[in-house]
Amino acid sequence: MANEKLYLYPLWIRIWHWLNAVLFIVLLLTGISMQYSNPENPLLISFELSVQLHNICGIALSINYLLFIFGNLFTSNGKQYKMKTKGLFKRLYDQSVFYLFGMFKKQAPPFPISLENKFNPLQRFIYSTAMYIGFPIIIASGIAMLFPEIIIPQLFGVSGLLVTALLHVVIGFILSLFLFIHIYVCTIGSSIISNFKSMLTGWH
Amino acid sequence: MKLSKLILGCICLLLSFSLYAQKETNKNHSCLKCHAHRTYKYMNEDFGMEIKESMCSNRMIDTLAYQQSNHGMFKCTDCHSPEYETFPHAGNLRMELMYACNDCHAGDPEYAKFHFEAIEEAFYESMHYNRSPDAFTCWSCHNPHTYKTQARIGEKISETVSYDNNICLSCHADVSKYELLTERENINILKSHEWLPNQELHFKNVRCIECHTQLSDSLLVSHVVMSKDSAIRECTSCHSANSHLMASLYRYKSLESRKGSGFLNAVIINESYVIGANRNKYLNILSVVIFGLVLIGIFTHTIFRIFKSK
Repeated sequence: MANEKLYLYPLWIRIWHWLNAVLFIVLLLTGISMQYSNPENPLLISFELSVQLHNICGIALSINYLLFIFGNLFTSNGKQYKMKTKGLFKRLYDQSVFYLFGMFKKQAPPFPISLENKFNPLQRFIYSTAMYIGFPIIIASGIAMLFPEIIIPQLFGVSGLLVTALLHVVIGFILSLFLFIHIYVCTIGSSIISNFKSMLTGWH
Repeated sequence: MKLSKLILGCICLLLSFSLYAQKETNKNHSCLKCHAHRTYKYMNEDFGMEIKESMCSNRMIDTLAYQQSNHGMFKCTDCHSPEYETFPHAGNLRMELMYACNDCHAGDPEYAKFHFEAIEEAFYESMHYNRSPDAFTCWSCHNPHTYKTQARIGEKISETVSYDNNICLSCHADVSKYELLTERENINILKSHEWLPNQELHFKNVRCIECHTQLSDSLLVSHVVMSKDSAIRECTSCHSANSHLMASLYRYKSLESRKGSGFLNAVIINESYVIGANRNKYLNILSVVIFGLVLIGIFTHTIFRIFKSK
């Protein structure tokens, strides 16, 4: 890891990131509260409040996603999410081997962080998938459920609303797994909190 | 000779069948030639003129709906006075009391499965009956000329919902019929349900009676229509694993589909989506397993980090 400090996260990315984080966590908690709705469970948020919060945060997250898309279109940050398919599997494998074995043997990371490569190949692959596949699907299905009249009533003999909802829940579940893994992997830095600090100050 | 007799016999038999069928189809012809149309004609013999009049809308019969209804096989005069067969109808015939369901159906073992007696008891508890005991009858909701036991025949839940809600709307969205039954000011149901999120979606997919009747263990459709204050307003009554809908709207359907597929939630799963009530056992188990594996992975990695950093 380079010793000199790198300014990796400009202000707009940090604002987008923390807004996205807070909104996503509220959406996750209210989503679980609705999916597993049970008035007798004190750990769940009430159904009525969950519906309102989920709607508001869902719209806010969608608008915030536009910030991400436009930011990536008009700044160099967009390049961080692009990857070459040639040798991709090898790079993913090398990074995985580092996380599973290399880091315990105090080996140097195979892909050190630089201004051009803020993400290692595994991060680049997972972040791109989450942001350019997962988010569009969950936002589109969420908007569809906010305006259920736009959903086709029947799809292969099954309720269109059900298919949309199932897609929304499944992608939500996968993204929530991403959240847990993301937070954990962020503790792998020069100290446990160094990566969290970087996302607050912008300096790595 | 024998053959010609046989042929003749067959022709006679066919003719009598066709005459009988003709008679059956036309059994209500003399009534419906006027009552199935917006206008009717009669001969004023005093003046030798044919007169055309308009038919009062609540005396009109939708012949197709009548034919398809549960009572479609009856002759008009099976229920109405045979004196109606003469025209012009005598004025006092308007005073005839109409039959209620149990005048025919009570105590009949053939109809025991419909629980007509229990329905009548529930009806007497309903706010409709108690607010207008003289005006409100079975026919206020169930038009005997069009009534069909929809949920038992209807293929789709959405059809049952729309059919049953139209019964409520026939008064609650029609001031003239509403005023026949009560002196109260008309209720604007769109306004009184303003609190309901996604109002249109709820109205299309949930029957009014889901929230406005008391659940009944023995009846498929509860007839204790409650006052507004007692109506269900809790989202979680339906939006939870123990959904109220499974005991009412989906009860019959889920019992039926359980017979076929053995899958408890088959109807609610395939035909509609009620967040909080749709639970798929296998997806739930799968998600818990995947989530557990991720947590175990993170935990193991953490242990290794602590162990190796020493």
